[in-house]
Amino acid sequence: MRFLDILLALALGLGLWQGLVILTDAPHFILPSPLRVAQAMWNSRVIIAENALVTASEVALGLLFGSLLGVATAIQLALSRTAERIMLPILVFTQAVPVFALAPVLTLWFGYGMGSKIVMAVLIIYFPVTSAFHDGLTRIDQGYRDLAQSMGAGKYQFLRQIQIPNALPSLGTGLKLAAVYAPIGAVIGEWVGASKGLGYLMLLANGRAKIDLMFASLIVLACLTVMLHISVGLLATRLSRYAGGGGALRPV
Amino acid sequence: MNQPPGIKLSGQHHLDGQLLFKAELELPAGAWTCLLGRSGVGKSTILRLILGLDTGGVFDGNIVASDGAPLDRRIGYMAQSDLLLPWLTVLENICIGARLRGASPDLDRAHALLARVGLADRAGAKPAALSGGMRQRAALARTLMEDRPVVFLDEPFSALDAGTRADMQELAVEVLAGRTVLLVTHDPAEATRLADQIVVLSAEGATRWPVPSTPPLRGLSDPETLRCQSRLLDHLRGVAA
Repeated sequence: MRFLDILLALALGLGLWQGLVILTDAPHFILPSPLRVAQAMWNSRVIIAENALVTASEVALGLLFGSLLGVATAIQLALSRTAERIMLPILVFTQAVPVFALAPVLTLWFGYGMGSKIVMAVLIIYFPVTSAFHDGLTRIDQGYRDLAQSMGAGKYQFLRQIQIPNALPSLGTGLKLAAVYAPIGAVIGEWVGASKGLGYLMLLANGRAKIDLMFASLIVLACLTVMLHISVGLLATRLSRYAGGGGALRPV
Repeated sequence: MNQPPGIKLSGQHHLDGQLLFKAELELPAGAWTCLLGRSGVGKSTILRLILGLDTGGVFDGNIVASDGAPLDRRIGYMAQSDLLLPWLTVLENICIGARLRGASPDLDRAHALLARVGLADRAGAKPAALSGGMRQRAALARTLMEDRPVVFLDEPFSALDAGTRADMQELAVEVLAGRTVLLVTHDPAEATRLADQIVVLSAEGATRWPVPSTPPLRGLSDPETLRCQSRLLDHLRGVAA
């Protein structure tokens, strides 16, 4: 049923696209037909795959490092009131700086290779992950704090045994946001200056009026992002289910 | 478990500059004290004060144990919400105290206590798979696992259905025998059934209310208990008016 829905949506999208091509009678270097794009995708499959692999690696590494950094920061903030007071305003301020504006500087600092793109992705997802996880760590039922205090709990044990598991659903929410942002970061990095990657390939194709290749790259990028979003969504669901005790409510 | 101490509290508590209560309260050693009073009068605040938890107000007075030793880590706590951690099994929840102190729990004892509250076959279940009554029994086992000479109960049975509540009361009296217990409750029937001493808290102070001459756990249909219960209810309504 769900599979059929997806097929229908796909057919509808392609139909609209083809309809637009026929209606506007646009030349193929302005708006290529779906068939042309499919041909370009097949003909350039090796070059697309190579560049997709680069972008996918940048996104994956950016997601990994950005999440680790965000998780570490959130834990630090939750452990120390002082850190929370000093760091939170700084974090919010850094969010006011558009990461896009930093892209040229990052390319200057970290070079034309994968480094600057990974940093870009890290920067763009760091705040959502930190903020969501920190929120989950600190927003905890006062009853748990009371119980733990009456039991003589240590700060780190409380964090480990109660705060972190309790915050896993929030972390899942942060990771889902990160999965949307990370590819944007990587592709912007590639636009500003790169010699590999789907963003680079799109610019290159555009410059040579190979709009069909540009569209093919765009579609592959979108598919990668959707796949990433689905996998991270599954992970987030697992985290939520774990924190909720397996999910299934079975009253006896 | 050591010899349970009695506890004396005297003083006044201010919340946002306003007097919440001025009271003297004595919890006799090894006995059940039931604390009643209308909502917002500070019953839970008294419990939190003695437990050393944050109350959001200022307490001016003193709290002492009859043996002169500090009360820190000598009081077990059980709340209305079972506070079971949903991601842990029942057994792991029973052992959470030791894990929170970075110690390794005594699993044999945990199993024995689970058997005592009738959850022996539920050790591996997650709290979400238990009924409300079972969850409170697990919370009771967790309190027992801490093995504190003093136990504070903050309306732990009030969310249960009547039958389960009566069962839980009986179980609690049985397993907490010999400890100094403070039970905060809204329910005159519960208080008259369980208390060695009943204390009614109002803004004017804490007053003792006579309990039936029979020992707790009193029968649900015992005439003297019922009389005491209805008089206590009238009194509480009078205080509230």
